[in-house]
Amino acid sequence: MANTLQFDLVSPERKLASVQATEVQIPGADGDLTAMEGHAATITTLRPGILKAVSPQGTQAFAVTGGFAEITAAGVTVLAERAIPVEDLSGTILDDMVQEARDLAAIAPADQKDAAEKIVHDLLALRNDAAHH
Amino acid sequence: MPSLKDLKNRIGSVKNTRKITKAMQMVAAAKLRRAQEAAEAARPYADRMNAVIAGLAASVGGSDGAPRLLAGTGRDQVHLLVVMTAERGLCGGFNTTIVRLARARANELLAQGKTVKILTVGKKGREQLRRDLGDKFVGHVDLSEVKRVGYANAHEIARDILARYEAGEFDIATIFFNRFQSVISQVPTAQQIIPAQPVETAADSAALYDYEPSEEAILADLLPRGVATQIFTALLENGASEQGARMSAMDNATRNAGDMINKLTIQYNRSRQAAITKELIEIISGAEAL
Repeated sequence: MANTLQFDLVSPERKLASVQATEVQIPGADGDLTAMEGHAATITTLRPGILKAVSPQGTQAFAVTGGFAEITAAGVTVLAERAIPVEDLSGTILDDMVQEARDLAAIAPADQKDAAEKIVHDLLALRNDAAHH
Repeated sequence: MPSLKDLKNRIGSVKNTRKITKAMQMVAAAKLRRAQEAAEAARPYADRMNAVIAGLAASVGGSDGAPRLLAGTGRDQVHLLVVMTAERGLCGGFNTTIVRLARARANELLAQGKTVKILTVGKKGREQLRRDLGDKFVGHVDLSEVKRVGYANAHEIARDILARYEAGEFDIATIFFNRFQSVISQVPTAQQIIPAQPVETAADSAALYDYEPSEEAILADLLPRGVATQIFTALLENGASEQGARMSAMDNATRNAGDMINKLTIQYNRSRQAAITKELIEIISGAEAL
């Protein structure tokens, strides 16, 4: 059996998942990364995307919109502002999120414009990904 | 001397009041449990968030590139006081204690020649502050339609405050709320949220992490979330405190109503007895006169 690490997914309101996982795929702000047992201690921010925890019991996937992940050799803690299990994800929720991000991008000050636009694109990519699940 | 009928009516009405306060107490007890659970569930997120921010702040804090949310504007002239109270009354000293703390702080700042701006969350605080500090109000957040406070509400408030900060409307922001300790004790608390005051704890462990992207970028991303998290925590603490305060206030009210009913019943019985005695005396003295 492969070595596992503790995976915790926490939202501001409650703990969404706490399982032993063999690997965790994280949509980092600078690119995707996969954390396995013994990973170097890292803190990374998240971009909107699909977060996957692979465990012997199966794979859990969540759509996250932002937050950060704290990786240590023994575990991964993901603090996500909003995280929705992929099974519960419907087109309308994503459409709302995209719309919200667009609204924010429209009013964002000049120096944050690019970042806000990027969030919109990440969300659109997330919607495409989710459609394939 | 009230008549017998008056007394009977009084007793009836106090009994009704007792029924209401008893019901309110039980509702508050149920809500308190839910509010405590919500506060409990939110704790892991807030704790991790604060720890990471504290770690980052310790390593980035001194440099020139530190975000304004951490370093501040370099002034302390304009203070924003965010006063968080309940939307409803009948919860003992809950609202008053927060308002009293906020008012003391406001007066102290005004005496020092600072400018004070007040943002109220919850109707009760606004009503109590309007008379003497009404001209300092810059905004109000109405949560009366919100059944259950969620992170979205806190996010909304945080966004408003951050936008004001970006626009240079204030230098220092402080939130006022009641920290929940137990059903009978809630502690009015003032907490500075901007510039951030990270707790000095995990400073040594933070150095071990790789940061992706840079420490500054992560910090800049996290600080606004940290503000929202602190407000969310405060809202939840406030929610639990409010129900706790209401529960004990209503418990007192129920007990007082019981005492009052006992007193009135004794008075009623005495009056009735007196009336009977009086009638007897009248009959006897009437018979003797013949």
